[in-house]
Amino acid sequence: MHELSIAMRVIDLAAGHLRAAGGGRVAAVRLRVGRLAGVVPDALRSALAMAARGTAFEAAAIEIDEVPVRIWCPACEREVDLPGLVPLACPACGTRSGDVRGGHDLELESLALVDEAEEAA
Amino acid sequence: MNGPRILEVRTKILKANDELARAMRREFERVGLLVVNLVSSPGTGKTSFLKETLVRLGGRGEACAAVVGDLETDNDARRLATSGVPVRQINTHGLCHLEADMVAKHLEGWDLGGLRYLFIENVGNLVCPTSWDLGESVRLALLSVTEGEDKPLKYPGLFNTADVAALTKLDLAAACEFDRDRARANIDAVRPGMRVFETSAKTGAGLDEWLAYLAERRAALTAG
Repeated sequence: MHELSIAMRVIDLAAGHLRAAGGGRVAAVRLRVGRLAGVVPDALRSALAMAARGTAFEAAAIEIDEVPVRIWCPACEREVDLPGLVPLACPACGTRSGDVRGGHDLELESLALVDEAEEAA
Repeated sequence: MNGPRILEVRTKILKANDELARAMRREFERVGLLVVNLVSSPGTGKTSFLKETLVRLGGRGEACAAVVGDLETDNDARRLATSGVPVRQINTHGLCHLEADMVAKHLEGWDLGGLRYLFIENVGNLVCPTSWDLGESVRLALLSVTEGEDKPLKYPGLFNTADVAALTKLDLAAACEFDRDRARANIDAVRPGMRVFETSAKTGAGLDEWLAYLAERRAALTAG
């Protein structure tokens, strides 16, 4: 279970971006998690709820975009998304390929901010 | 009133670890040090495999060292130290994987330029170490015959991020009715084309081939 240490980094990173943006109330935090990233989205969600306690992110909604595994298919000569994790083979033509182009993603994508002054108005 | 303002940040969550690991890899490669990160579940035989590797490299006069990660105890470091090479233990105190800064801290005081090979034995875990770059040039995933052939399919992330794989405890293959072709096919399904060594720390099988691979990878470092 390394989701908690990842969640703590998410909160640190997000806090830095929030400060740089001049603060505000955070309505949502959006993440991108690749299916090969070794992170379980539900576990990350629980860990984030824990890590966010007592921070500006406590009430924020957590939105996780799961990113499929993407490989380069040498036969079709294009990048293709896989429906699952294995096998690493083109779903269209069945050609095996270890050339992974996506799915390891672990990114803080965006913060949805509500300006407090505007909210009060 | 407007809706929420979307602040696009697009930041890699493990950015700090990735940046440190990249800097470490540059430094290791600059001094001609081949760094290998060993990952597997607990009980695969990482320590025995590594100990036999160290003994053989030491016997050939190749300067090498190892750091070993565990939640608690220095048992593995003591086992590895019987090989005669310098070994340091990293205790993570509950953390399920090693991170680049822990490795960096435990390398302090070692003359890296005087070493040819450095091995990092990760915490035994098939999920968590996947995301953490430790600055290695080679990531080795190990799978023992006692674990069954389908581990790579159950934990594709770990095998997918590896550069090479080793089947371990081959001396027990018959007793476990281990189907090595199926194991190799499963590894190939998650990482097509990856090289697989069939080894036994007990009999020494496959270790010469593994050492030859290491020498090849190190030669490529110093040539580049």
